[in-house]
Parts: sequence; C-alpha cells; structure tokens
Amino acid sequence: METVKTQDISANDLPWKVEWSSDRCTMCGSCVAACTFQAIEAVVERRSITVSTGTVPDPSRRHLAAPAIKQKRSIAHACVGCGMCEKVCPNQAIRTERNADSRANLLARSGGAPLKRGGRANLGTADRVLDKIVVGRISQMTDPALDSERHTFDVLAPFGRVLPPSQLPFSINGESLEMNGKMPPVNWIYPVIFSDMSIGALSTRAWEAVAMATAYLNEKYGMPIRMSSGEGGMPVKLMESDYLKYSIIQIASGHFGWNRIIKAMPKMKVEPGGILIKIGQGAKPGDGGLLPAAKVAEHVQAIRGVPKADLMSPPNHQGLYSIEESVQKMHMSLNAAFKFRVPVAIKCAASATSVSVYNNLLRDPYYICGGFFLDGIQGGTGAANEVSLDHTGHPIVSKLRECYQAAVKQGRQGQIPLWAGGGVGMTGNAAADVFKMICLGANGVFMGKLLAQLLGCVGNERGRCNACNTGLCPTGICTQDPRLVKRLDIDKGAQNIVDYMLAFDSELRKLMAPVGNSSLPVGRSDALVTTDKAVADKLAIQYAC
Amino acid sequence: MCRIGAIKSKNPLHPSQALHLMLPQQEGHDNSGFAMVMQDLEGEFADFKAKPLLSLACKQDGLKLVQDYMDANNFAPIKEYIPKPNRIAGLDIQALPYYVFRAYEYPEYYRHRSQAEKEELLVDTRLALRQILEEAGEGYVFSFWPDVLTLKEIGDPADIATYFRLWEDNGDLMARNIVVQCRQNTNYEVVRYAAHPFFLQGYTLCANGENTFYTKNKEYQKSLHRGYIGFESDSQNFLYTLHYVHRQLNWPLVYYKHVITPLPFDEIERRPDRQVLGAIRQSLGHLEINGPNTIIAMLPDGSMMTCCDSKKLRPVVIGGDSTTIAISSEVCGLHAILPGRDPEKDIYPNEREVVLIKPDMEVERWKQ
Ligand code: SF4
Ligand code: SF4
Repeated sequence: METVKTQDISANDLPWKVEWSSDRCTMCGSCVAACTFQAIEAVVERRSITVSTGTVPDPSRRHLAAPAIKQKRSIAHACVGCGMCEKVCPNQAIRTERNADSRANLLARSGGAPLKRGGRANLGTADRVLDKIVVGRISQMTDPALDSERHTFDVLAPFGRVLPPSQLPFSINGESLEMNGKMPPVNWIYPVIFSDMSIGALSTRAWEAVAMATAYLNEKYGMPIRMSSGEGGMPVKLMESDYLKYSIIQIASGHFGWNRIIKAMPKMKVEPGGILIKIGQGAKPGDGGLLPAAKVAEHVQAIRGVPKADLMSPPNHQGLYSIEESVQKMHMSLNAAFKFRVPVAIKCAASATSVSVYNNLLRDPYYICGGFFLDGIQGGTGAANEVSLDHTGHPIVSKLRECYQAAVKQGRQGQIPLWAGGGVGMTGNAAADVFKMICLGANGVFMGKLLAQLLGCVGNERGRCNACNTGLCPTGICTQDPRLVKRLDIDKGAQNIVDYMLAFDSELRKLMAPVGNSSLPVGRSDALVTTDKAVADKLAIQYAC
Repeated sequence: MCRIGAIKSKNPLHPSQALHLMLPQQEGHDNSGFAMVMQDLEGEFADFKAKPLLSLACKQDGLKLVQDYMDANNFAPIKEYIPKPNRIAGLDIQALPYYVFRAYEYPEYYRHRSQAEKEELLVDTRLALRQILEEAGEGYVFSFWPDVLTLKEIGDPADIATYFRLWEDNGDLMARNIVVQCRQNTNYEVVRYAAHPFFLQGYTLCANGENTFYTKNKEYQKSLHRGYIGFESDSQNFLYTLHYVHRQLNWPLVYYKHVITPLPFDEIERRPDRQVLGAIRQSLGHLEINGPNTIIAMLPDGSMMTCCDSKKLRPVVIGGDSTTIAISSEVCGLHAILPGRDPEKDIYPNEREVVLIKPDMEVERWKQ
C-alpha cells in the first residue's frame, strides 16, 4: 500500500470502465488507434503461469511479459464510452461499461475549474411533455381521410414578417385587387430549419454534409429546407453560389464571420434565405458561445478572422441596452446589408421574459421582425460549462404556447412567425414532435442535434461521449483535427439526413391526414389531447382519460 | 350532415317552397332543427322594406327587456307580426312563448345619418339585445336589419313548419330570397343560435360539413370585429370571414374563396396575380378553412353564392328557370320545387368554383 495513495484515481472512479479480454485479443492495436481520447493504451504486463509439460504432473511456474490493453487511470484521459474501440475491434475483445460508482464529478473539478462538455442538457429526458400529448381529434366520417399518399398537402411555413390583412398594400380595380406598394419579404419554406451549428463547432465535412443534404432536398425533392449557418461565417464559395438561397445567415453576439459576409455581399448572385440574429440560445442561456482553441483550426481562423484562441461569444450583444435596441439593430443590419429584400428574424432563449420580448416585437410598428425563434433547454451541441448545460434554461413547449397565446390575445397570430426548437426529435421521432409543436402554435421548428446524430454522433443524454468541446470527436463531426475529420463520410452523412427528412415528410403528412388538414395545422390545439391534467391546464389543450 | 338550400325568385315565395326544397333531403339530417332567413320581403312587411326588422324568440320577461331597451334607445315600433302558432299535440318542437317580427323606425337623431352609421347602430343594437336576453336567459335575437326576417327553431323541420303554419300559403310571410337549413346536431350543443343560417349586417350564410380549422379561425376572428361572437357552430366562421373580406376589407367577392380555400403555393406561383394571391394567403392564413364543406351565402344586395371546400367533398347543385333559381345540397330538392326546369342545365360546381346568382338572376361562374 505504501506506493499507492487512497486518493489515487483508479479505473473504478471513472465514468466508464473498459473491459478487455486477453484471450480474444489478437493485439492488432486497432482500439488504441481508434480511441481519440487516449483512454486506453497498450502496455506490457507481468504474468505468471503454471505449466506442466511432462507425462506426469510436474507443475512449474513461469513468469512472462505479456502485452495487454489497459485503461488509463486519469481524468484527463477518461473513457467517454464512445464505443469506437468496440466498433473497430475485429474480435469483440473490448467493450466499455457505464460505471455506476463513478466519482468523476468530484475528481474532475480537482483542477479548480468547472467541468466543461459538449452535448445536450439533461433535464427531464425520460419524461418529455411532448410524449404526454397525442393527436386526439381524429376526423370521423364527416371528414374524409385526406389520404396521405394521394392528396396534395401544403407543408410550408413563413419566414418573414407577415402584414395584418388591413395593412396589405392593395388597391381595388374593378373586380380585382392590385398590389401598389411594398411588402416585407417573406419566404415560404419547409417547417424545419437545420439549426445553427457553425463551421468551427462542426467539422468542415459535417458542415458540408448538412449543406449538401439541404441542397439535395431542395433541388431533388423540392423540399424547401433552409440551413442556418450558425455564428461563424460561411465559405466564400458558398456565398457566391446559387446555393446561398438555401442558407440562413446567422449573426450572433460575437459577430464572427460577419466581416467576410459583408465583403462577399457584392458578389452574391442570389439573396440568402434569411438572416437570423441570435440574441440567446436555449441550451446554456446567458453563457454565450464557446469554441475552444483546440477547435479553432486554420480555416476557422480565416473564416472568422481570428487568431487561434478560445473564441467566446458574449452572452448578449454588447452595447445593446434593450429589446427596442435589438429591434433597431435588426432594422439597421437589414437596411444596410440587404436593402429590405431578405427577411430578418431573431432568436432568443426561452425564458420567463420571452413573452414580453415577443409582445414587444409584435407591436413594432415598422414590421421588420421576420420571425421569433424560441430556443429551449433541451437542445445544444456546443461547448459549455456542464453546470450551465444541465441546470439552466427553460423547457420550450409551454413558452411556445404562451407566445402563441399572447399573439392570439392581440389578434396578431402569424404576423411574426414563431419558430421553436430545443430537444425536437430527441427520441428520434421528430415528425410527431414537430406536428405537436405546430398545433401548439409554432409555424415551424429548428433542429440541430438530430442532424449530428444522423451524421453518426454517438453521444446521448446519459453522458455518453458528449465530448464535442474537446476537439477529439471520435466520429469526425465536432472536431477540426484533419485525421479525425476524415473519419466522416460526407456522402453517407448527407444521405442519412436526406433519407430521414423524406421519412419525416411522409410522417408529417400521415399526421395531417387524420385531423383533416391539407395545410399545416398551426394553432390547432384542439387536435391535441393529454392524459396529464397539469399539462392540459398549462397548455390549454384537452384533458383525456 | 346538414342539408342546406336557397331559393331566389323574381316572384315572392312562401316559406313552404323552402320546406319542399328541403324535405326530400330529409334522410340526410337528424331533424334537430330548422332555420331560414328571408330577404326582399312581401306580404306583411312589404311596405316596410327600409325599416330595420327585428326577429326574435323569447319568453315573457324577455319581450319586456327588449321593449325597454328599444324604448330607451328611441327605436319606435311601426309594424309587428306575431305568428299564431298551431298548437297541436305531439309536435316535435321546443317552442318558446313568443316569436316576434317587428319593424322599427330609426331613432330620430339617426334618420339623417349615413347608411354606414345606421348599419353600425343596427349591429350594436342586436348585440346589446343578445347580451340582455342571454344574461337573463330570456330569449334569442336572430337579426335586426331592414327587409330581413329570420326564424330558427329546435325540433323536427316538418313539425316546426306545422307549428308556424308555414305550410299554409296564406300570403303573410313572403320573400324573393330564402336561405334555409335543416339541421343535424353539430359538433357542439343543440341551441337555437347554432342553427344556420347565420346573419351579420346583411350577410347570411349557411354551411354543411366540418371546419377543422374552427379553433384557429375563431381565435383570429374574435379580435377582428365586435360582431364576431357566439361561435356556436364550427361553420359560423364562414360567415364572419365573408363579412370581413367583403365588408370590412372591402375586397371584391372573388377573393372570398381565395381566403377560405387558398390555392396551393405552387399554383399561386404560376398565376399572373401571384403577388396578390400570395399576400392574401400569407396574411389571412388564420381564416383559411380546412375540412369538407359547402357554403351558401346571401349578400346584402340579395345576390346568392355557393362554393365548396378545395377537395369538393360535399355536394351542391344549382338549377332553375327564368324566374326561380335554387341552390340545394341534393338534386332531389330541386326536382321537388322546380319540376319543369331543364336538369341538363343544372350546375355542379367544382372545388375551385364559385357560382353567383346576381340580383337580376344572371348566373355567374368563376374559377378561383
Ligand atoms: S469507448 Fe471510446 S473513449 Fe472509451 S476506450 Fe473505447 S474508444 Fe476510447
Ligand atoms: S460523437 Fe462527436 S459530436 Fe457526438 S457527442 Fe461525441 S464528440 Fe460530440
């Protein structure tokens, strides 16, 4: 015992334990090579065996040095359970197991710094409100099935400021109306936006795969899906291409990449799909963004115009004093940059105050806010303090509902389209989530993490992997290390996203048919029921039992 | 599903015609009610066409409440018609003690006000009366408008007709335009107000089918006009949207169909008027109507209109001769009242069509 201190870290203190079986292992070394976290190493162990070689038992003891795969006993190299070792092992000689007795939460803070990680927040993952709601108003005989396979459906949502009918610039000419003035720009798009995950947060290949899937869905399948660039800019080539129209350019508090966007403007052949001003995000609200230096690769430095260092987006737009000012800011950037030809929306974290912000925007007399994006606690991919990811934020569903009802109260529903996100598709069945969100008042939703999962992310809500902040993403999605990035097959990743969205689209129609709608059921809360009284009361939907 | 119908004629008709139009279609409804709106009146009210006519059903105290309110607001009654009911035993009708049709003189200080101001006064008066009667639980007021008479009752349409002597063509209640519905209990409670047609400021409308966007329509309409209240039936939305588009926004009638059943986005894109149609679909999305239905409407000028949902899931037919034209859920109704017409000329509007019978009986068909 003298050489061992009781405070020493053992494998049993770590979140995951690696189990390796010597009799299956051929010592190929694949697992060690695959482990980006260097959680395992090849070592030589002293073994003793007892052998008997003669015709009568004559045991003798022999000592030998045998190679072995061993888990490192250190927090810095803790296994994250990503399973890459198991995936590459030809003989199933290695596997990992969640360690119920882990002391990692205590040990990891021994450096005096808070824990950081990437990945989702962990609130109520087993008990989602959306799963307690079902589509309960099924049209009977009087409402014939809008056969989801044969009928046409209008699955489109507005992005942009919608004028109240009385403000439409119409003049009457005999029996027809004529447009005699300008309207704020509105793009009708698919009710799903691929959410803002920046180049930098994602690897170039992952970002490219999402962009490719977006273009493919638009051009091949006529699904007008838009992809938000995330804060951090875009490749110049993309900005100068026709594909720009499928992109929503994001400007956030760090203004990363914006300089290059402005410079590219004169060369843009088409208008972007929209501008999204990120005021706040849902997964770690008030914490700003963080791109650790490990991920600030050369091309990221170039696009963002920054040195290799931790890149912090401030939690809010510095220099902004009030929501009125942010409206003004939208006004300015829109006016200056895109001459009122491109819709500009704003994204806020869900919070007690979201409704006030939305109310303010609804009353804005200039009709310049083209969308209110409400981001809830359960989303998020970026790096953040674990304490923020796990313990701050606001569930999305009730906030979305409150915002919609606030608009209803003023008779302004639909005028600033509501887009909501944060945990949509968490169970892998996004269509049902989206349909329910739309019935509760959303015009559309945004989803991000689901895309990473479709690209191959193995992380989950129970703490598996979630190492997006380390730059060591084992699947090549959230890293800028060229060797790791190469692990990601762009075409396969894009194909997965396309396939998923096609299935999603069919499923959405399957849900629209039984309630008798051929256009999106925005605000059709009467179509939903819940067996949870509290949920029924809070969301003003029917209680059923 | 309700059966709905309307008759427009150059010669004044008795409501028995409307009953003959509806009763062959009887297997399609559950006999839970009957309602009609008559416009361009002859008979008892022939000489009072310019004076607002109040139609109500009430109990004793209700009548007193109405009289007090009208007195207090300087409406002087000038003509009254109270049907003498035929109280034979066993009729399926939940009759109230009084059915009153009473024409009033405008208050002194309103006589020289503009037409628009008078129309606002009339709707405010009806809303006030409705509230008074509703609070006291004393009755129902259906319309208050010049040259318009409304009757609504719960029960078997044939029995209701017997009770009000509507089968007897005695010349007291006559009109050139009648919109009528025999009702099936709707998704909501069977109450008198829920019986179509609905009426607001000269607009009359009845519909059958289901409006799956009822909640969405209602939530939006509530904030658009003080008269958009009640919502006792999911098809009440159709009337309010018609009133909103045609009267409040003052848009040509052709756009009504564009509001309730907008063209799909890709079709809008191919149209030369795409900007206007796109803006309408965008701004009035909450007035869109989904679900299968047919609408019959009468406008303040007496023209009649019919159109269907965008998938044509409910039937309707228009047929007639040079003096009378009728709209009906089923063609058997037309056969009953217009046996001599040429059925070859009957119109079965399609899902994108609006058929309008103008005051001079000219029939127009528009493709949306
Ligand atoms: S599971 Fe992942 S982190 Fe753990 S040892 Fe295997 S490859 Fe390394
Ligand atoms: S696989 Fe990559 S993207 Fe997924 S949790 Fe791990 S590090 Fe993050």
